[in-house]
Amino acid sequence: MPKITVEKDRCKGCELCNKACPMQILSMSKEINAKGYFYSQVHDPTKCIGCRMCAITCPDVAISVGINGCQYKFFDY
Amino acid sequence: MAKQLMKGCEALGEAAIRAGCRHFFGYPITPQTEVPEYLSRRMPEVDGVYVQAESEVAASNMIFGAAGAGVRVFTSSSSPGVSLMAEGISYIAGAELPVVVINIVRAGPGLGGILPAQSDYFQATKGGAHGDFRILTLCPSSVQEAADLMIDAFDLADKYRCLVMVMGDGMIGQMMEPVDFKEPSNDPLPPKDWATTGCKGREPNIITSLWLQAEKLEEVNIRLNDKYKVMEKEEVRYEQYNCEEDHELLIVAYGTMARICQTAIDGLKADGINVGLFRPITIWPYPYDALFEASKGDKKILCVEMSMGQMIEDVTLSLKATKEVEFYGRCGGVVPSPTEIREQIEKLLKK
Amino acid sequence: MTAMNLFQKPESLTCKNTHYCPGCTHGAIHRMVAESLDELGLREQAVGVAPVGCSVLAYFYFNCDFQQAAHGRAPAVATGIKRSRPELTVFTYQGDGDLASIGTAEIIHAANRGEKITVVFVNNAIYGMTGGQMAPTTMPGQVTTTSPYGRNVEEVGYPMRMAEMLSTLRTPAFIARTSVHDPKHSIETKKMIKKAFQYQKDNTCFSMVEVLSTCPTNWGMTPLDSVKWLEDNMLPYYPLGVYKTPEGWEPMPKEGK
Repeated sequence: MPKITVEKDRCKGCELCNKACPMQILSMSKEINAKGYFYSQVHDPTKCIGCRMCAITCPDVAISVGINGCQYKFFDY
Repeated sequence: MAKQLMKGCEALGEAAIRAGCRHFFGYPITPQTEVPEYLSRRMPEVDGVYVQAESEVAASNMIFGAAGAGVRVFTSSSSPGVSLMAEGISYIAGAELPVVVINIVRAGPGLGGILPAQSDYFQATKGGAHGDFRILTLCPSSVQEAADLMIDAFDLADKYRCLVMVMGDGMIGQMMEPVDFKEPSNDPLPPKDWATTGCKGREPNIITSLWLQAEKLEEVNIRLNDKYKVMEKEEVRYEQYNCEEDHELLIVAYGTMARICQTAIDGLKADGINVGLFRPITIWPYPYDALFEASKGDKKILCVEMSMGQMIEDVTLSLKATKEVEFYGRCGGVVPSPTEIREQIEKLLKK
Repeated sequence: MTAMNLFQKPESLTCKNTHYCPGCTHGAIHRMVAESLDELGLREQAVGVAPVGCSVLAYFYFNCDFQQAAHGRAPAVATGIKRSRPELTVFTYQGDGDLASIGTAEIIHAANRGEKITVVFVNNAIYGMTGGQMAPTTMPGQVTTTSPYGRNVEEVGYPMRMAEMLSTLRTPAFIARTSVHDPKHSIETKKMIKKAFQYQKDNTCFSMVEVLSTCPTNWGMTPLDSVKWLEDNMLPYYPLGVYKTPEGWEPMPKEGK
């Protein structure tokens, strides 16, 4: 199953990843990170399809995407 | 090796090639257009790079890039073009890049005229652009000397990681004289391991003049200043003419003006009047101490320039208020004749 | 079951957190340039030229050699580097003020001489670093600190379309305009940037990608509203697409034509 990791202290709370995710599994935390931003987090990891749109959108390279097993790549990137 | 008859501008270009420089970025402007013209023909012959930039602004930034990539590079311009290069010159000084700039001075200010002058003295010696920096400036007074100083300029630039200016005037640029090219020296120079040559096998190099932290920028300025202090001690060049015997008057002049004064001095000597000549070759660092020594004794001091009086300020500084400095100058492109200088000298001596 | 990375930070990007504002797409574009350098194996021969603008400190974020150019002069500096060391992959990264205002002469002539460099032009219709002044690319009616009543085209003219302008030059080049306002267009942007670097790797021609971006801080909007604003206001005026390819170039017409 694909898994996203958000490095919370890199996040600047821009919320672009929330909008980019087609499964709408990202939302902003109610807590702030070391920089004082509300950081993005995955609230429903089971729904992740590993499409990487969140990571492609993130301007702070705060998201990495991994998988244990195979992944169908929806598009080349 | 036999001497060749060459125009000053072309000799400067050829000297650069003999010094191992294979990159030129420049723009036409009278009276140095022959430099880019000569190099556009000569650089391809030696597998070098010649680019006619879209402006002097662009040329000064192209040499920044090339010097930052670790190659020997130079450009050439004349007074209004050098003003345009002021930005590039300051950035080059701040990034500590070795670069040679030729300035064939024409009369100014503004568009001015195309005839020779020495009115860029302030621009060259008092920094030339914004920020705390200096330009090591060499002033030849003959085509042969221009070729020699040009070859030295590249070594000096690499030795100190600084900008070196070779400043002639329209006469030096345009006249033809016999010249031969000395072998470049084999003195070891510091390696250019700071250059942007691709970061294989090392940490990336960054060439910048931007330091947003005040303390860091101060460190950079102090380091630059330390370099200039070394140059002031070790790179001063000057020459004296007819100063071995007692002389009633000492002329201070540089470049073409010095040569004209030399002829006047020879004429006077034939008539039994002894006048000496002190000729700075580096106008920065200026030979303050040597001039002070040369000025001692019961003699008048006459500063002669093709300007309204720029070097006279450094001459006055040299003398440490021990005596007055007389001045004679022509500008606008007027080049005084030896007879004119002789008349001035005689007038002064009668006073 | 093997663990596999589907997406991670490229090697050509350093680990430093950028100083860019939240939602500023500079970070994403930097990453795409870095990914292109990685995928084409160009990192160790790359030299970037940083502009004056928000990305003035770009050299802190890239893991390759870099030079800092004066405002607008990056194409000239890049020319100096590429002409003296043609084996290097030289790229500039410029904003609207740098490329379309003070640097118009430099970019036109670098493109016209056909310098084999790659230019990444980040167009966000405003001057970011200096606090939001009007740019040559500012939209009609857009309020900025130096156009407080909105850009008045009667007084200062219309925004400049650099991709179109540069594609009218005769010299072969690759010129494209893309956007990063949503994932689909971001993917296209990465493709174009990589293609631009490929042209340089093949020693073909000058290449430039103009990337429409946001500036949430100076536009006075949230990042989410900014991408919407870009889509609604900038896309109609700055059409996306490939404007010029070297393959579409034709030699001089024969006599009589």
